[in-house]
Amino acid sequence: MADTVTHAQVTPSTSQPWAELGLKADEYENIRAILRRRPTACELAMYSVMWSEHCSYKSSKLHLKQFSELPQTTPRGPLLAGIGENAGVVDVGHGWAVTFKIESHNHPSYVEPYQGAATGVGGIVRDILAMGARPVAVMDSLRFGPLDAPDTARVMTGVVAGVSGYGNCLGLPNLGGEVVFDRSYAGNPLVNALCVGVMRHDDIHLAHASGVGNKVILYGATTGGDGIGGASVLASETFEASGPTKRPSVQVGDPFMEKLLIECTLELFAAGLITGIQDFGAAGLSCATSELASAGSGGMHVRLDAVPLRDPTLAPEEILMSESQERMMAVVRPQDVPMFMAICAKWDVLATVVGEVIEGDRLLIDWHGERVVDVDPRTVAHEGPTYDRPIVRPHWIDRVRAARAEDLPRPQSGAQLAEQLMRLLGSPNLCDVSWVTDQYDRFVRGNSILAQPEDAGMLRIDQASGLGVALSTDCNARFTYLDPYRGAQLSLLEAYRNVAITGAEPVAVTDCLNFGSPEDPEVMWQFVEAIRGLVDGCRALGTPVTGGNVSFYNKTGDQAILPTPTIGMLGVIDNVAWRIKSGFVKAGHAVYLLGRTREELSGSAWAEVVHGHLGGEPPAVDLEQHRRLASFFVAAARRQLLVSAHDLSDGGLAIALAESCLRHGLGVEVALPGDPFLNLFSETSGRVLVSVEPSDEIELIKLANEHDLKLSRLGQVSPSDELTVEGQFSIRLPALRRNWQAPIPAVLGLVPPGA
Amino acid sequence: MRVGVVTFPGSLDDVDAARAVRLCGGQPVALWHASDTVSDVDAVILPGGFSYGDYLRGGAIARFSPVMTEIIRLAGLGLPVLGICNGFQVLCEAHLLPGVLIRNAGRVFVCRDQSLQVCSTDTVWTNDFRRDERIDIVVKHGEGNYTADADTIARLNDEDRVVFRYVGNPNGSTDDIAGVTNRRGNVVGLMPHPEHNVDPLTSASTDGRRLFVGLERFLNVAMAV
Repeated sequence: MADTVTHAQVTPSTSQPWAELGLKADEYENIRAILRRRPTACELAMYSVMWSEHCSYKSSKLHLKQFSELPQTTPRGPLLAGIGENAGVVDVGHGWAVTFKIESHNHPSYVEPYQGAATGVGGIVRDILAMGARPVAVMDSLRFGPLDAPDTARVMTGVVAGVSGYGNCLGLPNLGGEVVFDRSYAGNPLVNALCVGVMRHDDIHLAHASGVGNKVILYGATTGGDGIGGASVLASETFEASGPTKRPSVQVGDPFMEKLLIECTLELFAAGLITGIQDFGAAGLSCATSELASAGSGGMHVRLDAVPLRDPTLAPEEILMSESQERMMAVVRPQDVPMFMAICAKWDVLATVVGEVIEGDRLLIDWHGERVVDVDPRTVAHEGPTYDRPIVRPHWIDRVRAARAEDLPRPQSGAQLAEQLMRLLGSPNLCDVSWVTDQYDRFVRGNSILAQPEDAGMLRIDQASGLGVALSTDCNARFTYLDPYRGAQLSLLEAYRNVAITGAEPVAVTDCLNFGSPEDPEVMWQFVEAIRGLVDGCRALGTPVTGGNVSFYNKTGDQAILPTPTIGMLGVIDNVAWRIKSGFVKAGHAVYLLGRTREELSGSAWAEVVHGHLGGEPPAVDLEQHRRLASFFVAAARRQLLVSAHDLSDGGLAIALAESCLRHGLGVEVALPGDPFLNLFSETSGRVLVSVEPSDEIELIKLANEHDLKLSRLGQVSPSDELTVEGQFSIRLPALRRNWQAPIPAVLGLVPPGA
Repeated sequence: MRVGVVTFPGSLDDVDAARAVRLCGGQPVALWHASDTVSDVDAVILPGGFSYGDYLRGGAIARFSPVMTEIIRLAGLGLPVLGICNGFQVLCEAHLLPGVLIRNAGRVFVCRDQSLQVCSTDTVWTNDFRRDERIDIVVKHGEGNYTADADTIARLNDEDRVVFRYVGNPNGSTDDIAGVTNRRGNVVGLMPHPEHNVDPLTSASTDGRRLFVGLERFLNVAMAV
């Protein structure tokens, strides 16, 4: 028998498993105070999932507010929807709007790598769909333990197969992302998935339930026992803790159902049949009903026993908590219900009226005619606890910053420089990642103008005008460890640069803030500093943060991950035919470096690979220089001035030169003014390697001058198959390529045979 | 040139196939999987994707769809049919083409630019190529390992019915077979995706266009006769 509201009223002292559900004692007391009685089992389930860190942002929302205080406008005009919606919406011109967001699915991807990663993709795609947009591309930012650690093969193989299996089956091109290895992720991989969607301005849909008498329809997959408790327990507390409820099953994805859901939902939007919509993410029905109801003007009545089940033995509280995938909830005018059902039938999508919008402001849920939930939905969805967690500047930070990589022994000869370049290029974080990206479809839908290994992905939005968007995801967690404020800004600037050098104008940001436990004051310091860095950076760049998510409790044992604020940057290009690609194209083209190189080695790939060192202060930040850099590239792209451009980031000029050679198998001859070691391995921010036709060199110099950018001529693309630094070394490309391609297949196996 | 493009619920490259037809001067005609009539088209493309989810085996269910019953009948009468990737799997399941496509030998999905050797040019779709020409077409599939018994492979070779072979086999296919045709040369199935190689902005090679040039040439000749 269900625990009804009436029963709860007369049994105030029944003991309830609030602690097992992840609630703190004062949170449970607070629920009793709100309800003026004890919660029913169903209400307890709802509050516990919705008040979890994962759903309520209780430790972060105090700080996240700063993002909404940024000007809600991009260089292209006001945001059409900002933070607080499922995803932000950016006006990109010509009547088109773009929505994009990045989200984490870290903990499930450790427990069950394939399904964890797959449902991570599925979840972010439904977020975009719920805005009324057609999802058009995905990207993924992945972090694992050391490549040669015993568990990495299991986690990485599963995660990549999951992203591939789910994303490919949806027909969404995967344009790129990141693959990073560090020992801090060994027991806690990061799977951050980004999705971008496109719509006309008129088609934006926001989640709310309005209009008394309107029907609430659940459509998509049936509800089963998967992922129960996942939101509150699995994703919020470390899974090291014992107890059966701490190890619930990870959700299982059905990408074919998601594909049907996408096509069906877009057809429902086009027919004008949806007045409100909400995707099912973490916390399932608890989240969808309480968010829809609290955002609308009326209350909501739901018959829980009408929910189609794949497991008929589920209890009502389990139905409320189930995280079965591929489900959506729509609010539909009664006269539109038959048409709604007909479109769902066309796509073989199960749809069921489970409730209606009612007078008043209560969320009422019945189970076989008995009331099991009677709450104010705002208290569930929006008025959960807020914590002002203690913040302490870590005691170790000064010691770490004093150990500067600038003081480490440096190579003394050309031969040593060459040897260290080869070591960097053959290290896991700088090597070829096509083992990963060759498992992703990057061609489907026919609009992928740029995809990995380019610095950013680029999509054509409008065939007629050539309007397009560029996207990049980046984070330098090593810099962020040394200085979270500056490291977050350097990550932001890397993403900004990667978008800008394709010729697109950077316009908006989504972020996925992956950190350790918020109950650790030193982690909270990292978190707050990183947010401050992002807010200051975004203000200076004119790029608002439109949404994203926070993932806490990323740690193995007591060891927190490196603070990892992953940045997704969106840019707009008026004509994709102007795009600038990376890689040398023709012998004789002149090679230049934009930007100034300083002695900045702390946190660098050189320090990591050659010395296993992480200390000192990360490179300086120059936001203003980046704005000039971006406007330089927008102008250069319009004039078709550059043959290629490649960002300098991890591994500095050494890696940028090697990658530019390997792209099309062309050598290069460069002469480096000053200290060749610093020129090759310093990681000063704000630098780009470009190549031009010799006839365009004067024009390039003029344009760089106009933008007050330092420009140095390094040399030219050569007809030989060698990377040559005059007076220092020469490395043949086949050796360079073998070294670059070897690391991942050596550990995970050659894919495919005969390649 | 009116070319029908079939959309199963899980088709993914149908928009690409329709765009390729348009870019190559034809008019794409949308065909829905549940329709049992196929009329007023000069040719049909079965595009890439996962027709009905394909959890069982690529194309195993699609073969029984209403639209396929009609396409099987019309293919027997000589209608040009091109099956790309999942479409190739459907054609094999429907026995319009011999053999079967099993999991890649490497057991993972493979997406890359792929070099191909043109073999038979005596088909409706490949008559614009020269024999032994090298072309570049995208591959992207998890189940593209072409397999058939030895007699079938020998017959395909003897009858010049291998249309393309991989140069650098990505999936373990027998004899590097990337595509085959039926006896009459009107039905061609291949794992690579010519519809992704039609636009210089999205792919380095535009070799895929030539299948559509070939179709148009065939249709013009057929019309003249």
